[in-house]
Parts: sequence; structure tokens; C-alpha cells
Amino acid sequence: MAFVENIRPSSETLLASNAPKRPANMGQIIRWLLLFLGGVVMVMPIAYMLSTSLKWPHEVYNVNLIPEEPTLENYAYVLEDGRFYGWFVNSLIIATLTTVSNILFDSLVGYTLCKFRFPGRYIIFIAILSTLMIPTEMLVIPWYLMSQQFGWLNSYWGIMFPGMMTAFGTFLMKQFFETVPDDFIEAARIDGLNELQIWWTVAMPLVKPALAALAIFVFLGNWTAFIWPLIVTNSPDMYTLPVGLSSFGDEADVAWELIMTGAAISTIPTLIVFLIFQRFIIRGVVMAGLKG
Amino acid sequence: MATLTLRDLVKTYDKTEVLHGISLTVADGEFVVFVGPSGCGKSTTLRMIAGLEEVTGGTIDIGGRVVNNLEPKDRDIAMVFQNYAIYPHMSVRKNIGFGLRTAKLSRADKEKRLEEVAAILDMTDLLDRKPNQLSGGQRQRVAIGRAMVRDPAVFLFDEPLSNLDAQLRTQMRLEIKKLHQKVGNTIVFVTHDQVEAMTMADRIVIMKDGHIQQVGTPSEVYHTPANIFVARFIGAPSMNMLPAMASHGTVRLDTGTEIAMPGGADGAVTLGVRPDDLGVVAGVPLTRGRVTVREPLGPETLIYVDTGAGGEVIAKADGRTPPEVGAEVTLCADPANLHLFDPASGQALR
Repeated sequence: MAFVENIRPSSETLLASNAPKRPANMGQIIRWLLLFLGGVVMVMPIAYMLSTSLKWPHEVYNVNLIPEEPTLENYAYVLEDGRFYGWFVNSLIIATLTTVSNILFDSLVGYTLCKFRFPGRYIIFIAILSTLMIPTEMLVIPWYLMSQQFGWLNSYWGIMFPGMMTAFGTFLMKQFFETVPDDFIEAARIDGLNELQIWWTVAMPLVKPALAALAIFVFLGNWTAFIWPLIVTNSPDMYTLPVGLSSFGDEADVAWELIMTGAAISTIPTLIVFLIFQRFIIRGVVMAGLKG
Repeated sequence: MATLTLRDLVKTYDKTEVLHGISLTVADGEFVVFVGPSGCGKSTTLRMIAGLEEVTGGTIDIGGRVVNNLEPKDRDIAMVFQNYAIYPHMSVRKNIGFGLRTAKLSRADKEKRLEEVAAILDMTDLLDRKPNQLSGGQRQRVAIGRAMVRDPAVFLFDEPLSNLDAQLRTQMRLEIKKLHQKVGNTIVFVTHDQVEAMTMADRIVIMKDGHIQQVGTPSEVYHTPANIFVARFIGAPSMNMLPAMASHGTVRLDTGTEIAMPGGADGAVTLGVRPDDLGVVAGVPLTRGRVTVREPLGPETLIYVDTGAGGEVIAKADGRTPPEVGAEVTLCADPANLHLFDPASGQALR
């Protein structure tokens, strides 16, 4: 029997001996190493945020990642502080409304610039794009003067109006609408839909991945916006979360553990938004109705 | 159902005229196929009928009503696109029912109509599927269903079979023809495939460079082509063209062969003969040459014959005992099957 096994090795032996042995690839190792370093760089601020939120005030300036005496006291303090809820709700309202507004208006303008032929179309598109080159810091003063004149200071509208529609969003949507074949639009036209119905019923569902990406960008951008909300608001009850969190502490002492706790809590809605919309970011849906 | 009349239809893009005043009447319930090479204006004509392109000049009349300035939805037409254009985010039911969104029908009537169309197209079991769960042929049927459900006066088909594989194309060709026999609507069908045109059409409209070259039944355009373009475009392989001289009822080929042909032509002519009508057995000898290539088709074999001065011609030989490559053959034809054309204008001489 042993002789037979010697000349006919078992399947396990064969599998083990024939398993493909990849030679050590130095390029691959370097790539993994770079990816690992990149991952560390990305994750460390989040890890320190969570770590600091679990520390006592006297331990905040210790660089150790794992708190010596972990505590949830900061979370209890922040959540019991009535101001936090107000800021959270302000941020939620502003980010949500701005996201909805961008999805509607950016896509409407992008669709119009993409699918309609009219004089000045190209000039309008370039004019919209050129606003991308103007830094926010330069726009803040005109925005403030406008808000002052229209009575929008310290209001939701004042915080939201500069971001209700963006050049980047318009550009993104226009580019995505380019991928929607004209046949869909023309078929809907023959089926009796008006142009607004075609945009909403036919074109919008076909660019869901772009809408999801835009929603994530706009929501995150407005959720974390700091400079403009800081300037346009002047009472704590109108603060957004980033502005409110920065007010923890006083000139003599910044309460980093509370700021980090608030920041940690404030990441929850952004994670939810990402989880909701990322499933829509699936390419290829547009092509499913076309030639096989 | 309705007649469709095009009168002096002109289309211009940036001062470039692409349709030069075409006129045509499509009878009620007729199946007309526009055929021609790329850029001949057939799709532009169809899109103008649909209202997707503005009319530069002339009129389009559907059912006795000039529709030039009407929106596509008000023209009582339905169109099937080359790329199907069925909405990927909607089920088959919603896709087919989409054409009824603006129809003034009750929900029950819309549902009934949808079920009827699904039954005609044999798609009842597929109504709840999404387009990405369908084969190419099934997607094309959905596109046809969406057009059918509106019961339009005129159906417009823009190369609907060109994305299907050869087998499916043949099958769908038959299905569309059967469908036309069943519902009897007026159909305008655009294709670049002359086989599709020949097999489906009641009448074929052959176009080139924005002009109609000939309108006729498949038999007419095949057997009595109006010009060299039609003669070569219709039929595969293309008609052979041989240079010749005509004089007093006799045509003398460059190879020296003389054939008695009635007709008043005198001077240089082009003699056309279809490969189907040119063989090595019966008829008057037309030309001689050496076989260069054989293409066996089963019951018969195509032979390519180098005739020297007359160039290469294609003929048909028996499938079982075709001449060998390199063999000298005499190609014969029945004089009744020969065509004469004016070499300058390309027009047929009769």
C-alpha cells in the first residue's frame, strides 16, 4: 500500500505540490507599503478624534492613541448640552436643503446645456465654469454685503444661498447627461412628454450615479462648511455644527476633548448619507436599455 | 391608419442641402422601406416625418393633415429606434405602458391595451422584467410594443434590426412582417440592408445623396432597375457591368461578343447582367475568362472570372461540379435578362 502511495501521491500532496507559487514581487510589496502608509495617514486623524473624545481633559495633550482612563463623560456632556442639538439640527436642515437644491438646479441647468441647442449655450457654460476659479475668500465680502442688504444675516437663507447651486455640480451633471443617448429623449418626446417631464422621468433616473456623487459632495461640503456660516451668523442659536463646536471652550482654554466628541458625533450623518447614496453609484445602468 | 405624403421635402444643415426635394406617397397600410448607403438621407427623412428634425422646405402630410409644425406627439406616429431606447430603469410593463401616459384612456383601458400588445408580441410572461434581463430580440420587441400600444397612424422604424445577430435579424424580420399583416398599419422602415428591404417591403424607396433613385416593388427594382446605382445596390452579389457598344439593335462587347438586343441605343453603353443570370451552361455566349476564385454556397457556387478587358465578373455555376480555379470558361446569359445603361448618366436604356 505504501508502495502504491509512493507512486501515486494523494490528492492533498498533489494540490500542495502544484499550488502556484508566486515569486516575491518587489513592485507589489512597495505598492502595498504605500497603500498601507496612505491608509495610516487617512485613518490617524479619525483615530485621534475618537481617542481624544474618550479622554479626560488632563490627558488630551498626551499623544497616546489609547486613553489611559477611557471615559464617555464627554459624550454625556455634549449630548446633555442643549446647544449641540440646535447646531446639529441647523446643520442638518442647511445641508439637506442645499443638497436637494443642488440636485434639482445643477441637473436642470446641466441637462439644458447638454441636450438643447440654443445661441450662447457655450458662452453660458464657460461663464458658469469660470466661477470655479474665484476663491471663496474673495466672494465672502460681496456675499456678506448682499446678505446685509437683503436682511438675510443670521438666517438659514443667508447661510444657504451661496451654495444653492454650484458650478461644479452643473459641470458634473452636464458631463453625465452627455452619456444619456438622445434616443431616450427623442423616444419620450414622441411618447408625448414635455421637456420638464422628460428631464424628470427619463433623464434623471439614468444619471442616478452622478446624482448620488453630487449629493455626497454637496452634503459633506455644507455639513463641514465653516468660514461662511461663521461670518453670516452672529447668535449661537443659528450656528452650524462646525461653528458651534469651535465655540467650546474660551480664549484661555480650548476644550479639545469636547470638540473631538462633537466632531465624532457629527460624522454619523455623513456616514449615513454615504451609505444611502453609495449604492446608487453603479455604472452601466444607462447602457442596459440599449443595444445588447 | 393613414396615408403619408411627402412633397418636395428639403433639408438643409448650415447651408448644406442634404435632402433635395423628395416626393413620395405612402398608401394607407403600406409597408415602405427606405434603403440606401450611409449618408443618403433616409434616416433624416424618417426623423423629419417623426418631427425630430425641422423641415427646411416642402410639406409632410399624414392622414390629410400637414404636420410640418406639429410636435412629434401630435403627429399620430410612433417610432422604433436603432438602439431600442427602452428605459433601463423601468420594467417591460412600464416601458410598453409609457406610450399611453398621455393617452386619454381610463386606467383599465390602458391596462387592457397593454395586455393585448404584450399578447401579440408574446411578452406576457416578461412584463415584470427589467430590460437588462432581456435578450436583444426581446428588447427589440419591447421597443415595438411601446410603439404599437399607441396604435399610431404611421409606424416609423429606424434601422431596428441592425444591432441584432444574423439569425435573430432574420427572425425579427419575419415577426415584423407578420405583425404588419396582423395590424395593417402604415409602416415606414429605414435600413441600409437591401435584403431586409427586399424581403419586407411592399415598395422600396432607394435613396442616394439626398435624392430618390427609384420607387417600386421589390420585383420592379430588382428586375428593372432605373439606373446603375439601383442595379448594383439591389441584389447580392452586385450586378456585373460590362462596357459595350450598341448599334442598330446589336450590342458588341469589348471582348468581341455580339448580342442582338432590341432597343434604340446607339454608341457606348454599359451592359448589366446579374450573377444569377450569368452561367457556364445555357444562353448566348457573353464573355470568356479564367476562374480566379470559387465560393461554394451549397446548391450553387459563385465563380469570379477574370475577363481581361471586361474586368472581373461574377457568375453562378453548379454546386456539385463547378469549374476549377484557373479553368477557362465561357459565360452565357439569356438576352432577356440583360440590362443596358447609359454610361454617362447611369440611367437605364429601354
